[in-house]
Amino acid sequence: MTTSSRSERLEETVFHPLRHTSRAWYVWAGFLAVVVVWGIFAYAVQLRRGLVETGMRNEVIWGFYITNFVFFIGISHAGTLISAILRVSQAEWRRPVTRMAEVITAVALMIGAIMPMVDLGRPDRIPNLILHGRLGSPVIWDLISITTYLTGSLIYLYLPMIPDLARCRDMFSGTAHRLRWKLYSVLSLGWQDTKEQRRRLERGIGVMMIVIIPVAVSVHTVVSWIFSMTMRSGWNSTIFGPYFVVGAIFSGTAGIITVMAIFRKLFHLEEYITEKQFRNLGLLLLALAAMYFYFTLSEYLTLAYKEEESEGALMRELMLGRYALAFWTFAIGGTIVPALLLALRPTRTIPGIVVASVLVNIGMWLKRFVIVVPSLGLPLMPADWAVYRPSWVEISITVAAFAGFALLFTLFAKLFPIISVWEVEEGWERETAGASPAESVPVPVPQVAGSGPRVPVMPARLATESLEVERDA
Amino acid sequence: MSTKIPRRRLIQAAGALAAAGAVPGLWATGIVPRPQEAAGRTQTQSRRLRQWAMVIDLRKCEGCVTQDKAPRCTEGCNAEHFVPEGQQWIRVFEVEEPGGGSYFMPRPCMNCENAPCLNVCPVGATFRNPEGVILVDHERCIGCRLCMAACPYGARSFNWDQPENPPGATFASYTPEYPVPHRRGTVEKCTLCAHHADIGKLPSCADACPMNAIYLGDLQEDVATNGKEVVTLSRFLSENQAFRLKEELGTKPRVWYVPGHGEDFGRHSDDTREPLAPRSWLEQETKIEVNHDHE
Repeated sequence: MTTSSRSERLEETVFHPLRHTSRAWYVWAGFLAVVVVWGIFAYAVQLRRGLVETGMRNEVIWGFYITNFVFFIGISHAGTLISAILRVSQAEWRRPVTRMAEVITAVALMIGAIMPMVDLGRPDRIPNLILHGRLGSPVIWDLISITTYLTGSLIYLYLPMIPDLARCRDMFSGTAHRLRWKLYSVLSLGWQDTKEQRRRLERGIGVMMIVIIPVAVSVHTVVSWIFSMTMRSGWNSTIFGPYFVVGAIFSGTAGIITVMAIFRKLFHLEEYITEKQFRNLGLLLLALAAMYFYFTLSEYLTLAYKEEESEGALMRELMLGRYALAFWTFAIGGTIVPALLLALRPTRTIPGIVVASVLVNIGMWLKRFVIVVPSLGLPLMPADWAVYRPSWVEISITVAAFAGFALLFTLFAKLFPIISVWEVEEGWERETAGASPAESVPVPVPQVAGSGPRVPVMPARLATESLEVERDA
Repeated sequence: MSTKIPRRRLIQAAGALAAAGAVPGLWATGIVPRPQEAAGRTQTQSRRLRQWAMVIDLRKCEGCVTQDKAPRCTEGCNAEHFVPEGQQWIRVFEVEEPGGGSYFMPRPCMNCENAPCLNVCPVGATFRNPEGVILVDHERCIGCRLCMAACPYGARSFNWDQPENPPGATFASYTPEYPVPHRRGTVEKCTLCAHHADIGKLPSCADACPMNAIYLGDLQEDVATNGKEVVTLSRFLSENQAFRLKEELGTKPRVWYVPGHGEDFGRHSDDTREPLAPRSWLEQETKIEVNHDHE
């Protein structure tokens, strides 16, 4: 099979959803939009009548919103991990999945960042965070690191999209879709795939992939510090930073596997997203499950073993009491069962891996719930446990948050290629050029000046590439 | 209903609230007090600022059970501040003793010197006034409730819905010292009746306590009073084995407790009567009238 025919098929497959919109798409997007509108309605009710419309009260002061906040910020780590770390380590198999991972980051951050605002008693005073912000407060740490991360991840999503956007521009040029052609023209910043442009782009990506990693680590660390800067039993922990970071990467990896499976099916990407991606990410998920299990054991065994007054009470309530169902569903269903599915050969298949990652996602939401709520329900003074029962408003907004996540993803996939076409092609070129494929130091390739364009929009860049062109021709 | 807002000294709003914002440094930002108005500060005779403290003599606190009444401190507070329903700025807990029996513990705000609530506030809405009282600026609070998560004493409450305000409250001049009208979406707490300080009145809980169990003290002048007797604060604390709540947390509360179980008024520690539910200000109209009569 030649590279060019392969490229054509890749382009055809990836760009197909951009050009053709089925009726089912409208039904799906419409359905999501309705759910989101319902959530906005619920929020309007909450704005009108106050947070009394939630199940939160003076003891359990945080509930579903903060759970969702931690969950979505956690999911957002998918992009960083898959894309940046795999790029840095030059794992070749990353190529078809980097784009999806980066979109997860951007979308999950947007949804996640809305959650604490929904939770605010006085959303009209959000400007106070800027006007009167105190650097001593963990809320401000979160504000700074999440906005930095969101900005960084949008840049990191956008940069590798530029060559693909130029293809979209060329594809839509002269068609009836003038508005979209305009969109792609503006966004592709006059990309002509010259050598200089390539060099600059790769430099940009190279910088961003390094910068984004510590930023991502900082984000989930400071999210955990919202809790661990207090003296509450269950939150008053020194390992919360790394514990949350591992949890975030764990749930983020599960998130990317889930999203990968969905798009593979819907967009017929079986040729590009193969068992290899699932297997590698599955093994990564297995390693992360082991790490998260280890952290969980460290955290809870050290509390439960000693049975200090209030921490003992918290552990009993968590493991044997009101929160036992959620806790054990997480502990067994969210770590042990997925780990077994991923470890055992007969179940380490695509369906098995996908089931495992869905279980991890459910388990990790529950885990965040049992981090947030029980520590607040635990009485600080001699009194009874406080109970939290989410209201219809909180449930609606939570469901709408997930729908919003899916909707933003759906819209993205309608407007932009979900696979980084040029990067996949670059991978093929390296393969055919005989450079030892994955996880190896790339062989330095001599640059040849004046090599002719292979396809109109993609002039050749490397010597290997121009050789390819000659062979093809 | 004959409730009205007590006439309050109009204290100028805390000037330009712009300062105190982005001062770097983790602790410095928490410790730096907001610029305060110069007026209305209470000083000792040697012109030093008073440093308010509270002592609660648990030997005298019988949870008002021997009188078959709800805790009067809470009710007095409710009436004074029109405390929104569902909140108890000073709340009486019954503490079980490890050796059996129980005692009562009224819990106001501890006005910690290392206040966790103040440290975590993202907008500096929680601040310490020059006399060491922790207050909340309800015009700045964004309602994130991190202070409530941080307070180890559960001393803070949130206005989940629009609290009932007394007639005329809209025209009251709001100050953090006397936070009326109450507003939705902000965090409320005991103010140690900071508005009483400069008119020489005890906090309303101390005022309302029929047993005079609550003392207001000044660490600067080393003196405390319950309205009936005046004691030397440091000696009173040391001679009566006074303790502070959750001392091990390092919050350095400004509220001390003298251990006891209401024995001064004949309550035995094995008395099983529990405190009655205090009435909100709306439920105790007569009490409010009495309060304002001697205003």
